[in-house]
Amino acid sequence: MSTLEIKDLHVSIETENGPKEILKGVSLTVNTGETHAIMGPNGSGKSTLAATIAGHPRYEVTSGSITLDGEDVLEMDVDERARAGLFLAMQYPVEIPGVTMTNFLRTAKTAIDGEAPSLRHWSKDVKSAMEALKINPEFANRNVNEGFSGGEKKRVEILQLELFKPKFAVLDETDSGLDVDALRVVSEGVNRAQEQNQMGTLLITHYTRILRYIKPDYVHVFVDGQVAESGGPELADRLENEGYVRFETATAGA
Amino acid sequence: MTDTQNITLDELSTEGAGTPVIPGMGEEGEQLATELTAGTDATVPGSAETGAVESHVDPSAKVSGADGRAAFGTSRADRISSRELTDFPVLTGREEDWRFTPLQRLAGLHLPDGDQSRLTGTAPSVQVQAQDGITVETVGREDARLGSVLTPDDRVSAAAWNSFEQATVVTVPAELEVGEPIRITVEGTAAEASAQHLLVVVGPHARADVVITHRGSAVVAQNVEFDVQDGAGLTVTSIQAWEDSAVHASAQQAAVAKDATFKHVAISYGGSLVRLTPTARFTGPGAESELYGLYFADAGQHLEQRLFVDHAVPNCTSNVLYKGALQGQDAHTVWVGDVLIRKEAEGTDTYEKNQNLLLSDGARADSVPNLEIETGVIEGAGHASATGRFDEEQLYYLMARGIPESEARKLVVRGFLNEIIQKIGIEDVEQELTEIMETELEVTQL
Repeated sequence: MSTLEIKDLHVSIETENGPKEILKGVSLTVNTGETHAIMGPNGSGKSTLAATIAGHPRYEVTSGSITLDGEDVLEMDVDERARAGLFLAMQYPVEIPGVTMTNFLRTAKTAIDGEAPSLRHWSKDVKSAMEALKINPEFANRNVNEGFSGGEKKRVEILQLELFKPKFAVLDETDSGLDVDALRVVSEGVNRAQEQNQMGTLLITHYTRILRYIKPDYVHVFVDGQVAESGGPELADRLENEGYVRFETATAGA
Repeated sequence: MTDTQNITLDELSTEGAGTPVIPGMGEEGEQLATELTAGTDATVPGSAETGAVESHVDPSAKVSGADGRAAFGTSRADRISSRELTDFPVLTGREEDWRFTPLQRLAGLHLPDGDQSRLTGTAPSVQVQAQDGITVETVGREDARLGSVLTPDDRVSAAAWNSFEQATVVTVPAELEVGEPIRITVEGTAAEASAQHLLVVVGPHARADVVITHRGSAVVAQNVEFDVQDGAGLTVTSIQAWEDSAVHASAQQAAVAKDATFKHVAISYGGSLVRLTPTARFTGPGAESELYGLYFADAGQHLEQRLFVDHAVPNCTSNVLYKGALQGQDAHTVWVGDVLIRKEAEGTDTYEKNQNLLLSDGARADSVPNLEIETGVIEGAGHASATGRFDEEQLYYLMARGIPESEARKLVVRGFLNEIIQKIGIEDVEQELTEIMETELEVTQL
């Protein structure tokens, strides 16, 4: 079993008016095989948490720690984190003109595994994973994310999740912009990755509808850069009925 | 000195403020953006000069700097075109269209000694790999077909027009679809200033690919005409693969007739000084032109491209994308993109973009998109220019997939260059150019 542990994490970004603190002391422990849903209103810092785990240079950790089985993640470069077994499915995947999906997937897989995948198995794996996610086979020859629709980009993120087999995945609003069919296909992909690899999942979302397809073990409500409340799946049901009003009032009154 | 490391320096766009012109850019707010909002009924001579690595970047200079100001009030429509050398005075270097070119390195192509002189050196040899059905002729300068498309619009082009002895004419007859590319090799062996003339005629509803490869060493002023007739399709790839000492000025003008499609891909990496002026002039409605370019400048090289898309008739579409990579001391590239939508050209849809990637200190990229719009009744018009180091968001994405930084940088640069190479559509040419770009990149410390 592996453990991703976030302790009292404080994160700031640089703004025109100086540094601004976004995360104000977040603590969270995720074990492999577990799914944690992180829910909260827009601007509560959910995506900042995701980007900080992945190591985006824009976010500065001012205090606290992130460790993976005791190893200091914050000391690792972005690529080292990925090779250590962390994966971020991005909310806005980046287009890379001139780099084909095939080339990209093979290069990344080689980097993550430390050796080139066997050509025969790899092509088969890519093909069947694409089929399962209902991605048009011709996408293999297209440039990374270039001209893909929002939904196609999300499928391709999950394709990578399935192929790279990380220990922990952070899904940053993977559900946003997906119609019901796409949401189901993408969710099934996440569930497969979880079953096959005992993956730990941090599922970041604004809405509860993805939780119909991906069942969380734990739900955390994020408000103003902190975990305001944690609970089981029943907390998500309550949010579905009540929204975030209860928490927003609490913040306003604080 | 301003530290420009890892920053996308400049972006200038008239279209879609919500969509980054370069993927991955825009969210960080790092670009020093000057937005020119192009009213579709106004003349918008947007002029952007993007800085060298070592020069500071002053956003205001892009629109109203001393150099930029010169562009205002002068329309591309007013540019002289003439066969008479005397219509183009001896160059001073202060002319709008010569201000970036080091005249002393033109090796006399601009006839600095006056209007009586001519370009008398031995022109590079021209070899055309024939294909079934096409005609290849060598004709004298009196041949009436010459000059049917091209009229010189600068002094060097006029010098070439008044100097050439013989021209090569390649004709694709009406309706013929040429399966294999027509390969034209221009090979230079002499170092005296010379003139050359080529004409490619593609008859109505014919289709052809032409690849012109410039090799060896030469000092040559060249006029190339492409007559793309009704409903025809022509893809031209012009490769400047010269040896280090070559000096090459090439006016490549196309007349694109009704419902015709013209694609021009200019690839420059060889030579001491290369100055291309590709022009696409629409002569009938419903036509389409794509102008692509890739230039890779090493230390001391001057690679200049000034293109002109003339929307003179209704309902034509044009798309321009030029990409440059620069490395080494005094590598200098110039891109000027003039797009003119005349009053008659209703229903025009056009977009032009130039991107430059600076791979080392000491290099300089100038980029000036000029969009002039004389009618409000158009489908769309936009221009963009960006010069910078790497796209950090692309690097981040690749690294977040475990790819080490140095490898990610190479992937991004390769991808950047490949986007143009992919436009050629001829497998062996694409393959060879990809390998050449790999070689160019090997000397780079990314």
